[in-house]
Amino acid sequence: MSLWKIAWRSIQQRALASALTALGVGLGVALVVAVLVIHGVIDRSFKRGSQGYDLIVGPKGSSLQLVLNTVFHLSESIGTIPYSYYEELNEGRFSSAVETAVPVCVGHDYKGSMVVATIPDMFDKLTYLNDRRYEFAEGRNFDLAEPFEAVAGSVAARKTGLKVGDTFVPKDAQQDVADPDDHAHQSIKIVGILAHTGTPNDRAIFMNVEGFYRFGCHTAGPTLAAKLMKPKTEPAEEKSQAKDERAEAEHKPGEEADKHGEDAPDRHGDEARDHAAHGHVHGVPYDQRQVSAVLVCTDMSKPQLAMQLGDLVNADSVAQAVAPSKVISQLFEGIVGNVQLMLLILACLVVIVAGVGILVSIYNSMSDRRHEIAVMRALGASRVMVGTIILLESILLSLGGGALGILLGHGLVGVLGPTIAEQTGVLVSPWSFQYNELILIPGLVVLASIVGYLPAAVAYRTDVAKSLTTAQ
Amino acid sequence: MLELYEVKKSFTEPDGGDLPILDIEEFHLDAGEQMALVGRSGCGKSTLLYVVAGISRPDSGKVMVGEWDITLFTEPECDRFRAEQIGYVFQTFNLLPGFSALENVLLGMCFAGGRIDRARARDLLERVGLGHRMTHKPTQLSVGEQQRVAVARALANRPKLLLADEPTANIDSGHQQQVVDMLRERCREENVALIVVTHTPEVARQFDRIDNLEEINRAVVVK
Ligand SMILES: Nc1ncnc2c1ncn2[C@@H]1O[C@H](COP(=O)(O)OP(=O)(O)O)[C@@H](O)[C@H]1O
Ligand SMILES: [Mg+2]
Repeated sequence: MSLWKIAWRSIQQRALASALTALGVGLGVALVVAVLVIHGVIDRSFKRGSQGYDLIVGPKGSSLQLVLNTVFHLSESIGTIPYSYYEELNEGRFSSAVETAVPVCVGHDYKGSMVVATIPDMFDKLTYLNDRRYEFAEGRNFDLAEPFEAVAGSVAARKTGLKVGDTFVPKDAQQDVADPDDHAHQSIKIVGILAHTGTPNDRAIFMNVEGFYRFGCHTAGPTLAAKLMKPKTEPAEEKSQAKDERAEAEHKPGEEADKHGEDAPDRHGDEARDHAAHGHVHGVPYDQRQVSAVLVCTDMSKPQLAMQLGDLVNADSVAQAVAPSKVISQLFEGIVGNVQLMLLILACLVVIVAGVGILVSIYNSMSDRRHEIAVMRALGASRVMVGTIILLESILLSLGGGALGILLGHGLVGVLGPTIAEQTGVLVSPWSFQYNELILIPGLVVLASIVGYLPAAVAYRTDVAKSLTTAQ
Repeated sequence: MLELYEVKKSFTEPDGGDLPILDIEEFHLDAGEQMALVGRSGCGKSTLLYVVAGISRPDSGKVMVGEWDITLFTEPECDRFRAEQIGYVFQTFNLLPGFSALENVLLGMCFAGGRIDRARARDLLERVGLGHRMTHKPTQLSVGEQQRVAVARALANRPKLLLADEPTANIDSGHQQQVVDMLRERCREENVALIVVTHTPEVARQFDRIDNLEEINRAVVVK
C-alpha cells in the first residue's frame, strides 16, 4: 500500500469529478500533440527533400513564388525562361553537373486542378519523399511521342472525376470560364492515374509538354505568350495579340499552328531545322518555346560541379536557380513556425487552465476529506505524507489526462490526416510520435505540483484533533 | 507502561481567555492492562487520548510511554511513534471509504514505514470475524463490522497501547458486546494495554478498572 495507491484510491473514489478533470487536461494535451505532430510531419517532409530534385531553375523574380508555383502548384507563375535553357541544363553547358532535368510549363487548369506540362521523366526518373518511385494506380505514364496524353494525380483524378481513357480540355488559367468554342485547346486523353504520394503532385494533372506547345502559348497564359512573341511576329498579328489575349489563343488552334509552322520556314529557319531534327510539328516555333521552370537533379557524384551550378545559373541574366528545400524551410521558420508557436502557446494555455481545474477539483474535495486526513494522521501518517498524497493525486490526474490527451491528439491527427494530405499534399501519420512530446511528461508533473500545492498545503495543515472531534 | 505527570492542557477561548481542559496530577497504566475511562461529555476524555497519542501536545507535564517522554519528541517523531506504538479506534468513520476492509488494515502498516504484512492483516480480520469480508468497502459493512475492521487495523502494527474513543457508541446494543469482546480478547492475546472511553455502563462494568476522568481531572473540578 504505497502513497501512490492511496492517491489513486482517492481519485477512484471521486471517479466522475476525477474523470472530468483529467479530460480537461486531456483536451489541452491533445491540442498540444496535434500541433506538434502536424508541425513535425510537415517539417520533416519538407526538410528531407520531399521534392525529389534539388534545384528549380526558373525566371528571375520571387524565389518563394517560384517554389510555391513549381512545388506546391499554388500561386501564379512568375514568368518563363527560354526552352533553350532547359537544353543547356539537359545537354548543353550545364549538363555535366546535372543528372536529370525536367521542364515544366504551367498556366492551364482543369476544374480547379492545375495542368502541368512536362516530360515523362517527371515520373520515370524523378522520385519523391526520400527516393520513392512514382507508381501508377491505373494505366501508365504518358508517352513523349503522344503529344495529347496526360496522367492525373490521385487527388486531382478524384476531384475532377477523370478516369483512364477520359478526355478533357484544359482551360487557360487566366480565363474565367472555359470557352465552349475553344479551338486553341485540343482535348487531352488521360492514360494513367498516379498512385497516392502524399505530395502536392497528387493535386495536379500532368500532360505532355509537346501537346502543350501545340496549344499555341508558351507558358503562363496568353499575356506572357503575347509579350514574348512580340518581337518575332508580324505587325498585324502583333496588334491582335496585344488587343485581345483570347483572340490570340483562338487564332492559333493546333492545326492552324501546324500550317503556320509549315508556312513560314524562311521566317523561322532555325525552327524548321529543329522540326526536322525532332520530327515534330509545333504550334509554337521551336526557338520561341518557353518553360516555366526546370526541375534539376544535380549529379551527386560530382558535388563540386553541382554546387557551382546554382551560382552559374544565377550569374546569368536569364534565370535563377533556387534550392526548394531552403526556400521552404525559410518560409516554414518565418511564417508557419510563428503560427505554430502561437498555436502551441494557446494549447499550453488550455493545459494550464485544465491544471487550474485540477486545483479547483481537489481543493473542493478537501473539506469532505478533512476527516479522512485526520484519520490517516491518527494512524501515524505525517503531515508530509498526507501532503504528498494530495500532490500525487494531482500528478496522477494530470499524467492520466496527459496520456488520454496523447491518444486523443494522435487520434485527432488521424482524423485530420486525410484532409491535411488533400489540402497540402503532406502525408500525416497519426502514429508519428514527436520527441518533443516527451517534454509533456515533466511539464505536466511540474504543472500538477504547482496546482496541487495549495490543496496539499491544506492537507499538511489539517488540525487532527479538531477534525476528529468535529466529525464525531 | 503509560505514565502522566502534571499534564496540563488548555484552549484559548474566542474572547482570548484561557480555558483549562486537562489538569492531571498523575495517571498510570501497566503493560497489557485494560481499563474503562468514563466521565460526562466534555470532561476531556478525547483530549486526554489525543495527548497520550501525541496528536495534541500538552501545555506542560510529562507523558511517558514505555521509556519515552513523548512531549519531547518532534512532530515527525511523534507521528512515527504513533504509527508504531499506538492503535486508535474512534466512535465512527474510522475507515477510509475508498479502501476495502483489507486495505484499511494495510493502511496502518503503510504509515509505520515497516514492511506490509498481508498475512497478518488477513489473520487479524479473520480474528475479528471478518475473514469473508476482506474486499468489502466500508459502505458495504454494518457499523459494527466497520468497528471490528477498525480494531483489526489498530492492532496491525503490534502497538503497546490501544486507545478506543467510544467505540460502541453508534452500535446497537446487540452488537456492542461483540466489538467489546473483540477488543478485549485481541488486546489480551497480544498483550496490548487498552483504554476504552465509554458512556455505556454495561460496557464499563466489564473492566476491572474503571476511571472517572471527572475525579482525576482537576480542570473539571475547577469548572
Ligand atoms: N479545539 C478546541 N478549542 C476549544 N475548546 C475545545 C477544543 N477541543 C475541545 N474543546 C473543549 O474541550 C472540552 C473537552 O472536550 P473533549 O475532550 O472532546 O470531551 P469529551 O471527549 O470528554 O466529551 C470540551 O468542553 C470541548 O468543548
Ligand atoms: Mg469525546
